[in-house]
Amino acid sequence: MRYLPHTDVDVQQMLDQIGVSKIDELFSGIPEDCRLQRPLDLNAAGSESEVLLFLRELAEKNSKVSDWDAFLGGGAYNHFIPAVVDQLVSRSEFYTAYTPYQPEISQGTLQAIFEFQTLICQLTGMDVANASMYDGASACAEAVLLTIRAGKKRKKVLLSQALPPQYRETTATYCRYLDIELVDIPLQNGLTNQAELQTMLDDQVAAVVVGYPNYFGQIEDLATIAELTHASGARLVAAVPEPLALALYKSPGELGADIVVGEGQSFGIPLSYGGPGIGFFAVRKKDMRVLPGRLVGETTDKDGKRGFVLTLATREQHIRREKATSNICSNQGMCVLMVSIYLALHGKQGLRQLAEVNYAKASYAKEKIAQLKGFSVTFPGASFNEFVITCSEPVAALKKRLEQGGILAGISLGRDYSNLENGLLVCVTEQNSREQIDRLVSALAGGEA
Amino acid sequence: MISTEGRGLVLNENLLFEQSQPGRVGYSVAGLDVPAVTPDSHLIREDISDFPELSEVDVVRHYTRLSTWNYGVDSGFYPLGSCTMKYNPKINEVAARLPGFTDIHPQTPEALNQGALELMYNLQRDLGEISGFPAITLQPAAGAQGEFAGMLMIRAWQEARGQKRHKVIIPDTAHGTNPASSALCGYEVITVASDGILSKEAVAAVMDDDVAALMVTNPNTLGLFEADIREICDLVHERGGLVYSDGANLNAMMGISRPGDIGIDVMHFNLHKTFSTPHGGGGPGSGPVGVVDKLKPFMPVPFIVKGDGGYQLEYNCPQSIGRLKSFYGHFGILVRAYSYILSMGGEGLKRASELAVLNANYIRARLENEYDLPNKQRSLHEVVFSEDALQNDCHTLDVAKRLIDYGYHPPTIYFPLVVHGALMIEPTETESKQTIDEFCDALLAIAAESKNNPELLKQAPVRAKVRRLDETAAARKPKLRWERE
Repeated sequence: MRYLPHTDVDVQQMLDQIGVSKIDELFSGIPEDCRLQRPLDLNAAGSESEVLLFLRELAEKNSKVSDWDAFLGGGAYNHFIPAVVDQLVSRSEFYTAYTPYQPEISQGTLQAIFEFQTLICQLTGMDVANASMYDGASACAEAVLLTIRAGKKRKKVLLSQALPPQYRETTATYCRYLDIELVDIPLQNGLTNQAELQTMLDDQVAAVVVGYPNYFGQIEDLATIAELTHASGARLVAAVPEPLALALYKSPGELGADIVVGEGQSFGIPLSYGGPGIGFFAVRKKDMRVLPGRLVGETTDKDGKRGFVLTLATREQHIRREKATSNICSNQGMCVLMVSIYLALHGKQGLRQLAEVNYAKASYAKEKIAQLKGFSVTFPGASFNEFVITCSEPVAALKKRLEQGGILAGISLGRDYSNLENGLLVCVTEQNSREQIDRLVSALAGGEA
Repeated sequence: MISTEGRGLVLNENLLFEQSQPGRVGYSVAGLDVPAVTPDSHLIREDISDFPELSEVDVVRHYTRLSTWNYGVDSGFYPLGSCTMKYNPKINEVAARLPGFTDIHPQTPEALNQGALELMYNLQRDLGEISGFPAITLQPAAGAQGEFAGMLMIRAWQEARGQKRHKVIIPDTAHGTNPASSALCGYEVITVASDGILSKEAVAAVMDDDVAALMVTNPNTLGLFEADIREICDLVHERGGLVYSDGANLNAMMGISRPGDIGIDVMHFNLHKTFSTPHGGGGPGSGPVGVVDKLKPFMPVPFIVKGDGGYQLEYNCPQSIGRLKSFYGHFGILVRAYSYILSMGGEGLKRASELAVLNANYIRARLENEYDLPNKQRSLHEVVFSEDALQNDCHTLDVAKRLIDYGYHPPTIYFPLVVHGALMIEPTETESKQTIDEFCDALLAIAAESKNNPELLKQAPVRAKVRRLDETAAARKPKLRWERE
């Protein structure tokens, strides 16, 4: 086997040194009745060419978004990835290393994470960001747990119904046995209903969680929500499924959020059927010591030279065990790099420009569809990339019809929102050309796709 | 504090933000083919203050240089105990980058992504065969999330049969994630001391009707197989508990012993350990979970089923613990693990476990006269020494740092907690006898240095990018981001 370097001579010499005659003797600590008495029923070993051929066949049974007119978002976004990103993350000094436990030989990873933490702070308008979480949904769940830990016995958390359904469901899973009450905040015009929110806030509420943009692509009035939330002594968590919006719209930090979490997949990470992505997690200084996850800090070495280390480890499970701030003991290192490289390349001007292009394209599509007979744009507010349309024909049939014309039109909202039975969530990014959008519009109208 | 020293071979590299030049861009956004519009001005933010402005060349040089300060498995021997730092085959990277895997959207109708679902279905089946569990979920993002999912299923099962149990038993050799994951499920943790191997009596002494589960790691973190595991499982089952096994050390067991056959009810895999997916500088990992039949109704959603219409994602499971993350597990990592299993085959996986154990025992045999070995039982894939044989006030940390000067990544240190100054070495099967001999020579030389020239250890490392860093200062006055001074 090509990954196993041992020759028969090596094995014999090693056994001699150990003082046993067969490898099997090394397993003498395993009782006979715990042994598997037959070979594993798996395939035979494949050569590199055989394995690749087989996997390529599987890959070809999938539908690449690049082969379609795809208008799918809903938490995973089709953005162009510059060649530089994969070229650099393919350097195996990065991807074959582990968590930087030995800082002297991990300064590459550590500096990259320190820079990532800074980029996330700048983008979100916050003070401190960690070295990343699994994804947006689990980061949202961990944010809720933070507010309970820091919330002085407050046990209730209000979740906007326009928070992405995956985020709400994952949060519910995390809170399942922790005696936390999760309550939905109703909506008005696709936005968190502020009047309802005000009546729901009391001295038991630890946090209010709102999407920004929310699941419908709508831009919430975070400033007002922050005011209401703070007046009752709770924390505002802004969850950001599409962070490119933050290059255009005011940052949640600027608008008063206490915690900003989200999904970073938009920034240079392939769709890959939804994973791996990367969760980001940023807080104000006051919550620095109750953060979950890894943190990298700056320090100096014996000679006074700048260097970086993992820090504030007393929050974590390997020190604090069951009293830790979270059980998480990894970060999405490789995705940290993808995001950082993507953001560094685009920079201040490029990212803004890209966000403007996305906004303009989605606005164009929105306007065209609004003019169609039998369709309307469901919510009037400002949006980013995504928007909801109400269709006069059943959504499932409509999607099927468009699929036959090579169009993946969007996500049906009926399963998660009973009052949006005829709603379709459409996403337009810079990857969708004007021709694609025009084809979508004409296909919706019933013309040739 | 822009540093100007060493732009030569010492290769210093300032932060992105320090290199930024107003007006510089590293990427050209494609032109606009629709009318330009912007949102209402009161919604729009100012420039992102201090966001970097760099050229493409700046960015490429920056990350290339940073990479040279790292040490990965491709740089050399990386015997980090409990982390299974085996070689990451390059074919896996190629496979995961096939456009038919990277360029597929999770919200595409299932009928259009049958290849991805088939791959996950096959991987579930293969992991089931390797572990002996009838049901596998690929959802968890990492080992720790797998533990969490497993413990949630245990709690859901207990509650479904009307049992409100409050405690979980965990041996003192366990990874810190075990108690942390249990606490996330609302459990109180009962720590049980083990003398290397967990005894039936030790478990019996704390097992009662309020215990929901025992959480073990097998082989444990000392590299020892829990020889009484069958009896321990029986004992826990008799009192209405379940047994969780942390699969961190599955690399010693493939084709040799299956947790599902010996009484374990739940186990998580670490695909980034046993199944060769890269550790990525900290992640992404992947932590699938295997369960026995009675826990199947509680698995997280969605899971993959094969029906008349092909492969599908199943959501309709009323007893499920729910969703763990945004989509369907770390698919890109699943592709790599499946590629590895296809490459190794059943026999190859067993051979890998055998050679991993051979390598660890060879290291033990070569070092046990110079380094203190507290547990003398026959160990498997890793070996744990203590610092007790070191001289002249040299400690495990000093040995680790000195190993860096010899060109090696140090082993795991100070874990497990039950060994004084633990030095936990896991070589894995992909290292040759020659590599291991050189590593052992280095450790023997360091042991001699601790007697004759201890300063070499205490000053180490002197050949790395930086010398020992002041971690106390980093924690006392945390500086966690760059800011303009």
